[in-house]
Amino acid sequence: MTVKRTLLTALRALRRNITRSALTVLGIVIGIAAVIAMMEIGKGSSGAIRKTIASMGANQILIMPGAAASGGVSFGGSSALTMTAEDCKAILADCPAIASAAPVVRARTQVVYQDRNWVPTFIYGSTADYLRVREWTRLTDGDMFTESDVRSGARNCLVGQTIVRELFRGGAAVGQEIRIQNVGFRIIGVLSPKGANTFGMDQDDIILAPWTTIKYRVSGQSASSGANSAASATASGAGSSSNSIYPGASPIFHPPSASQAADLPTQVRFANVDQIIASARSGGEIQAAIQQVTALLRERHRIGPGEADDFNLRDMTESASALASTTTMMTNLLLAVATISLLVGGVGIMNIMLVSVTERTREIGLRMAVGARSRDILRQFLVEATILCLIGGIFGLLLGRGGAMLVKEFRGWPIEPSVEAMIASVFVSAAVGMVFGFYPAWKASRLDPIEALRYE
Amino acid sequence: MALIELEDITRTYHLGEVDVHVLNGITLAIDAGELVALMGASGSGKSTLMNIVGCLDRPTSGKYRLDGDDIAGASSDKRARIRNRKIGFVFQNFNLLPRTSAIEQVMMPLSYTAANLSERDGRKRAEDLLKLVGLSDRMDHTPSQLSGGQQQRVAIARALINHPPVLFADEPTGNLDSRTSEEILAMFSDLNRKEGITIVLVTHAVEVGQHAQRIIRLKDGLLDGDSATEKHR
Repeated sequence: MTVKRTLLTALRALRRNITRSALTVLGIVIGIAAVIAMMEIGKGSSGAIRKTIASMGANQILIMPGAAASGGVSFGGSSALTMTAEDCKAILADCPAIASAAPVVRARTQVVYQDRNWVPTFIYGSTADYLRVREWTRLTDGDMFTESDVRSGARNCLVGQTIVRELFRGGAAVGQEIRIQNVGFRIIGVLSPKGANTFGMDQDDIILAPWTTIKYRVSGQSASSGANSAASATASGAGSSSNSIYPGASPIFHPPSASQAADLPTQVRFANVDQIIASARSGGEIQAAIQQVTALLRERHRIGPGEADDFNLRDMTESASALASTTTMMTNLLLAVATISLLVGGVGIMNIMLVSVTERTREIGLRMAVGARSRDILRQFLVEATILCLIGGIFGLLLGRGGAMLVKEFRGWPIEPSVEAMIASVFVSAAVGMVFGFYPAWKASRLDPIEALRYE
Repeated sequence: MALIELEDITRTYHLGEVDVHVLNGITLAIDAGELVALMGASGSGKSTLMNIVGCLDRPTSGKYRLDGDDIAGASSDKRARIRNRKIGFVFQNFNLLPRTSAIEQVMMPLSYTAANLSERDGRKRAEDLLKLVGLSDRMDHTPSQLSGGQQQRVAIARALINHPPVLFADEPTGNLDSRTSEEILAMFSDLNRKEGITIVLVTHAVEVGQHAQRIIRLKDGLLDGDSATEKHR
């Protein structure tokens, strides 16, 4: 009996009892539809959860300069001036496990807008990649600054929600100019709200600007002149600017003459950054990323074997393990639900096939009388059950996809089509047909043709 | 050489503790081209004998050769093949598949034929057979759209699809009225005379037996007479 004929015979037999075939299939349809819809919705929500956790920094790696020491006196963590923006570019280019990386320059100083002032928790100088690393690319208003802003040290900045509240009373911030330590910045964008981080620090209390601008116009001054920062800033502001901000205020020091200015050594522009923030491609690649970054930085900083690193790497182990366990739990839950619905569908198939065998005893007897071997009968019933389940699987797949889309359309739940689940559901439905169809088929094949023919 | 050769065939059923001896040693030969009636009262063992001769059942002891092949010890697969290629069955209750067209009923045994016939050739052969039994205008009708006599003709066409040398008919007219019975029996005579098919009619009705050339009578599992009918004497 050829494959084609077996299929034709099975299809004819199923068509003869179209209503019952359809009802039988319904069990599998619902089972597979439930699986597909659950998988899509589940994958969507677990993707959303993963994103949320990732935006908390689960995939992030913090690269800090090491401790500098002079004559046995350590200056504490991050005091070395060895990390550069070029290191950041090299990390992004040469470490395959790193998805994005951005240098960070920090400052902490007063910000002024009209008659209001505020000291933000974070004044960060970085590159356009910063928001990608932080998974914070959604802006409430305006745009992110660009690479050319970074190159030219443009005085553009983005502000967080807390800044908007404190300096602008919640009003429109984009286009306004604020002063950070007497340097005017134009606000070109407003970040979306992010809330507090795991340590309770307000992440929305942030101003983000090109790192070159922060480095050389804001923090560079304050860092180079230490405790006298305010005074020297006023002084190097060359009188005119400070006079325009604070009319009537007289300079503390006498303005330097032209010859004095020429005698002053040119300020050394340190190009070091305070830290580099990078994100791994996925939670599983964090370890690989750490190894790649370590090897690369050791090479770039010319650290010989046996010498200690001049930098430190930190990952967010806690958040990462929370992410992993959430995802695993989600998957297992879905798998359990899917298994149960398929089991119910399979038992339905077996039930109907058994009824079918009893009802078609005479037909089986006749087929045996005209020359069907018991294995032909076994195969026929097995193929019937498998075809039923496959058809059910395909309809279930479509129904499940449709259901998931409806849920997305009307409830706004995130969904994510799962190709693995689709392929698996087709195979699983065929397997259900074979497993649960086997007993009825075997029973049919064991019938005695004489008794089967006489069966009423 | 005879087409069917039985030698000392016995058949015993084991029903719990009791052994029921249904056939007690039957020796018999049927030549190719004969039209034989197998007659006997209910319980005489004629159905059991037909099942054995028709390769549906195996004798408890004895020898059986069909067309030169030893059947008594054949495996169930081999017997299935022989049923498919060498034997046609016609039943009292027609045994047609419900909700299936006449042409598909007739083609059904071809699914189990090892020598592959293309779908088109099989359909052609089935159409020819339906024409032969006079149903050329009923090919797409399902059993519920056919009369009893027409259903039995479909069954006859189905039995002939693999050109078997021998046809077994178990009370073929038992469910038909007398006029239709005559038509069906005339068709058997025609098939026997024109196509040379050996036909074994199993019946308890004397008037059916009269259509045969030879009547074999059974009583209590033993032969109780083997004679040519008046018609052919």
